[in-house]
Amino acid sequence: MKTPVRVAYVVLVSLVAALAAVGIGAIVLTILGADVFQTYKVILTEPLKDLFGITEVLVRAVPLILVALGIAISFRAGILNIGAEGQIQMGVISATAVALVWPDLPKGILVPLVLLGGAAGGALWASIAGYLRAKLGVNEILSTVMLNYIAAQLYGFLLRGPMIDPAELQTGSGTPQSVRLPKSAWIDRIIPGTRLHWGIVLAVVLAILVYILMWHTTWGFKMRAAGASPKATRYGGINVESCLFSAMVLAGAFAGLAGAVEVTAVHRRAIEGISSGYGFSGIVVALFGGLHPGGIIPAALFFGVLLVGTDMTQRIMSIPANMVSVLQGAVILSIISAKMVINDPYAREKFARRFLHSKDKERGPGGEGIPEEHGAQNEETVNIEAKQ
Amino acid sequence: MGAMNEKIRELRVEGITKRFPGIVACDSVDLAVGENEILALVGENGAGKTTLMNILMGLYQPDEGRIFINGRPVQFKAPADAFAAGIGMVHQHFMLVPNMTVAENVALGLKESHKYLRLDLSGVKKRIAEVSERYNLPVQPDAYVWQLSVGEQQRVELIKTLCFGARFLILDEPTSALTPQETDELIVLLRRMASDMSIIFISHKLAEVTALSDRVAILRRGRVVFKGTTAGQTAAGLAALMTGHEVVLPRNKCIDGCGEERLVVRDLKVKSDRGFLALDGLGFSIRSGEILGLAGVSGNGQKELADALAGLRKVEAGGISLMGMDLVNRSPREIIDAGLGYIPEDRNNEGIVSSFSVKENLILKDFASSGFSRGVFIKSREEEQNAVLLQERFDIRCSSLNNATGSLSGGNIQKVILARELAREPKALIAVYPTRGLDMGAEEFIHTRLLELRARGAAIFLISEELDELMNLCDRIAVIFKGKILDTLSSCDATRPKLGLLMAGIKPEAEEPAAEAGTEAVTKQGFGARA
Amino acid sequence: MTILNIVLNILSIGIPFSVSLLLASLGEMFNQRAGIFNLGCEGIMSMGAFLGFMSAYYLQNTAMVPYANLIGIAAAGIAGALLGLLFALVTVTFHAPQGIAGIGLQMLGTGTAGTLFRHFVGGVAGVPGLSNRPIPLLSEIPFIGPVFFNMNILAYAAFLFVPVSHYILFKTPWGLKVRAVGTSPRSADTMAINVNRTRYQALAAGGLLAGIAGAYLSLGQAKMFADDIVAGRGFIAVALVYFGRWDPYWILGGSLLFSIAQSLQLSIQVLGIKFPYEFAVMFPYVLVIVVLAFTRNFAIKGPSELGVPYDREKRI
Repeated sequence: MKTPVRVAYVVLVSLVAALAAVGIGAIVLTILGADVFQTYKVILTEPLKDLFGITEVLVRAVPLILVALGIAISFRAGILNIGAEGQIQMGVISATAVALVWPDLPKGILVPLVLLGGAAGGALWASIAGYLRAKLGVNEILSTVMLNYIAAQLYGFLLRGPMIDPAELQTGSGTPQSVRLPKSAWIDRIIPGTRLHWGIVLAVVLAILVYILMWHTTWGFKMRAAGASPKATRYGGINVESCLFSAMVLAGAFAGLAGAVEVTAVHRRAIEGISSGYGFSGIVVALFGGLHPGGIIPAALFFGVLLVGTDMTQRIMSIPANMVSVLQGAVILSIISAKMVINDPYAREKFARRFLHSKDKERGPGGEGIPEEHGAQNEETVNIEAKQ
Repeated sequence: MGAMNEKIRELRVEGITKRFPGIVACDSVDLAVGENEILALVGENGAGKTTLMNILMGLYQPDEGRIFINGRPVQFKAPADAFAAGIGMVHQHFMLVPNMTVAENVALGLKESHKYLRLDLSGVKKRIAEVSERYNLPVQPDAYVWQLSVGEQQRVELIKTLCFGARFLILDEPTSALTPQETDELIVLLRRMASDMSIIFISHKLAEVTALSDRVAILRRGRVVFKGTTAGQTAAGLAALMTGHEVVLPRNKCIDGCGEERLVVRDLKVKSDRGFLALDGLGFSIRSGEILGLAGVSGNGQKELADALAGLRKVEAGGISLMGMDLVNRSPREIIDAGLGYIPEDRNNEGIVSSFSVKENLILKDFASSGFSRGVFIKSREEEQNAVLLQERFDIRCSSLNNATGSLSGGNIQKVILARELAREPKALIAVYPTRGLDMGAEEFIHTRLLELRARGAAIFLISEELDELMNLCDRIAVIFKGKILDTLSSCDATRPKLGLLMAGIKPEAEEPAAEAGTEAVTKQGFGARA
Repeated sequence: MTILNIVLNILSIGIPFSVSLLLASLGEMFNQRAGIFNLGCEGIMSMGAFLGFMSAYYLQNTAMVPYANLIGIAAAGIAGALLGLLFALVTVTFHAPQGIAGIGLQMLGTGTAGTLFRHFVGGVAGVPGLSNRPIPLLSEIPFIGPVFFNMNILAYAAFLFVPVSHYILFKTPWGLKVRAVGTSPRSADTMAINVNRTRYQALAAGGLLAGIAGAYLSLGQAKMFADDIVAGRGFIAVALVYFGRWDPYWILGGSLLFSIAQSLQLSIQVLGIKFPYEFAVMFPYVLVIVVLAFTRNFAIKGPSELGVPYDREKRI
């Protein structure tokens, strides 16, 4: 199929998908009685109007990038991590614990230790689902979703009980939060007066490392093979189950790390709602970014804008911030639909023939009576199918 | 079923053309079948036979061309239209729902049994009984399909189409899963049915074509290259017309002496997915420089044997050794490293990662070796060079080595797999149905390479359903039946009738046949194992 | 307190508690039998819960108040069916992967319900909801009477639906088609059954039931609405159908089991046992994981094409 036709097809489908997502959001906004155009305008432009807004977008982008990187790794390996929300919370717990147990260490040692602790907490939590899938074939979407609910309860229990700030008990206010972390555990702010912190550098560096890992190392080769075709990978001598397990654990580590960063750089103590939906937003960012670090960074920035924007519409226009979930859900549905339609060779052919009147009389070149190259898919298609 | 119950005296297609992405499957096909006539539709895999028949069945829409029944043009927008016109098809891969009963399967298509809130199963069973009686096709209406043998399931398929009021039958490769004896029975049955209706059957087995059909049409790359009466045609002549040239497949001359024992399998016991023993004490040995073939009706344990050899299925008891090294229940990696090559049955899903590039698939087993990796990093230059080299040596046709392997043709995909396996110079090679679905050109290529490998001293185990392939290539042929090797013949002794008997479980020298009485001597693993 | 009292107590809380999960699971059963699993069930239930609540809330001071519950249930059902159809569009027509599509639908449904609730109501608000109607005579049987026969009308309907759904699935033509389409869609196609249409129908039916299941939560059980009212029941339903082997009676048993587990939290408080309530809340989710871990692959008896999109034009 000729390239300009192909490009036109992709652009058209993407446009329709984008409109569909925007349209679904518009339906909800109309029911709310809001001005659709104005609302979208506020969401997309208000955050970028001043320095504080822009730094806020970057602050949101950091956990999004981290979570999305982990999810991209796991999705590409063929295991769907929906448990990032719970893994973030477990990361917060372990990071906080490390910070509170060793407050006297110098900053240069404590901060990395705390971050590692957070990653370990998330990895451990994810390993449960990873083990269940690798050893017992348990559907990981269901197990990670259940683990999210369990983690939420565990988190609440710890914050209300053993890890509560003693000051809260004294004053009797009982807010479920931990003690403030020691300054030696903090990740510093870059621009005073804003919340922008050095975690953004960490996120970008990790993105580059993930790219190298997935596409230039033997480990990444195994992971991608396992996700693209578990059967062939098995025949190739690779242990698919251990790939699934390690991918899940790594994804959990990234989520846990995101939690650790949030607690040391933004809030400086473990609080309720610290994960604030990053676990799910991260999934959308990963999908939007094509499961590739190069796409994840801009996708995270875009969704950072959405998150800050919907906060602002709540303040300015009294549109509840839950709108962001509506938009995210709509985006997921549109992206995956668009992707399937774009990659469907039969749909492409029908489009070409019907709208452009081009007669494709292609035959297989001599020697074979069989299609030479049908539906050339140069893009690595990932099987994001849940295995039962 | 059937609005008009008139007999189909003539079925004609004119100028039928059907395109799929990147290929024209049918190209201006003109065909006609007369009253009570049996037409054989012949061609290589990929010639367009099944596509044409699926168009007649309403499953596909032709891009151009028309269909005429009794002189009147008809259009089939969906299978329902074809049904209504009286056309019935028995597919090569049975269209049955395994976890429903025979009656329920028939009821699915019998619209008069769909009485809104109630399914009239007793009416369906009555209909089945009528048809079964009329054509002498015994079936058990309350049996679940997964419990039936392959031959029984085919009977169910036939009954189904007849219950729907088929007045014209299309059969797609009806004998592909049958033993030679069952094939003979089917031929008798079809001749009987031809006195009632016209039949088209698709086959690439030329012996059947000459035995059964009145007229034959040959398709090559979507075009009709020959139409005529069958009488007076020879199998060789038809083959030449099928391929367009004289194709002589390489023959194993059995002249080289064979070496020491390489691959030895002893008393192997392996369970199937359902839990019972698929292999029950199976054993064989292959020498260096020898090709051992495995013949047998699909479902007698071939799949389980191949899996066990590759390390993908647990061996309950028994031994596998390669050059003295024990391979039982080792990991696939260890088995590969020991020097066992493997060409899997399902080339698209088991042989290659179809979204990976050709380059990447060629190093699928070796990417971690020192040749292609330094520490954890993959050496992309070596990867590229390897691919270029292998492309040349194995004549892999693709526009770029970076293309997704799944977009290549079947023959080229098999070449990629072959290249990968043979480049590793395996000590022994297991090839499972390696030429299935490929045209003669690709088949010739693969056979040549296998014989070359044999000359280099490897031991080759060839599992195949094509007796010709086995008789051409192998030094010895073993026949598997119900999970055991029934007998092994040397290729000089092996003939079609002998192999056919063994495949059906009948060992001529023994006191009693190894199977139960009657010619329905196939295992009851049927659907589950075949799937 | 005697053992009998404790058991009866647990049952009297747990059994009505199971209605929502039962309805959602029966709906999901039709989905999965047809070959599709809809993780968005959770989101559909949220929308159903909201619409049920909202109708009752909005109409409470109007003349329509006697019909408020009925309207709420109907609205929930219709919205559920529509969301089911949306899911069908994405997974059946576009062949998108069902797992992620389900998560997307869940976000959409839960987000919309939360947004609308926050905007139109915003705080804690109760509605009268459905009242219990004890069945005369039966509800007076000592011990078991008050437990089994003193529920609201939707609850009775739900339990009656179990044998009805069994009949639909195994004795009607539509049920036959649904089962065929989930196991061997190509065979069904060659027998002139419209695979996609059957799947759309199954998903609409599943969505309808999930919506009503949600309405039960707000109207029949909690008699109010909150963001987290569904609490994972939608996901549990998907898991339940799988290890209930797609059979209505097993599903009934499973819903009772999980609902009793979910209601233990309340029972514990009623019985005055000292136990951190977070762990009691955790229990049903842990139970789901445990049961999933010990379930073998039943696909041979059930829809073996579950999760696989069907493409007729695909060259076999």
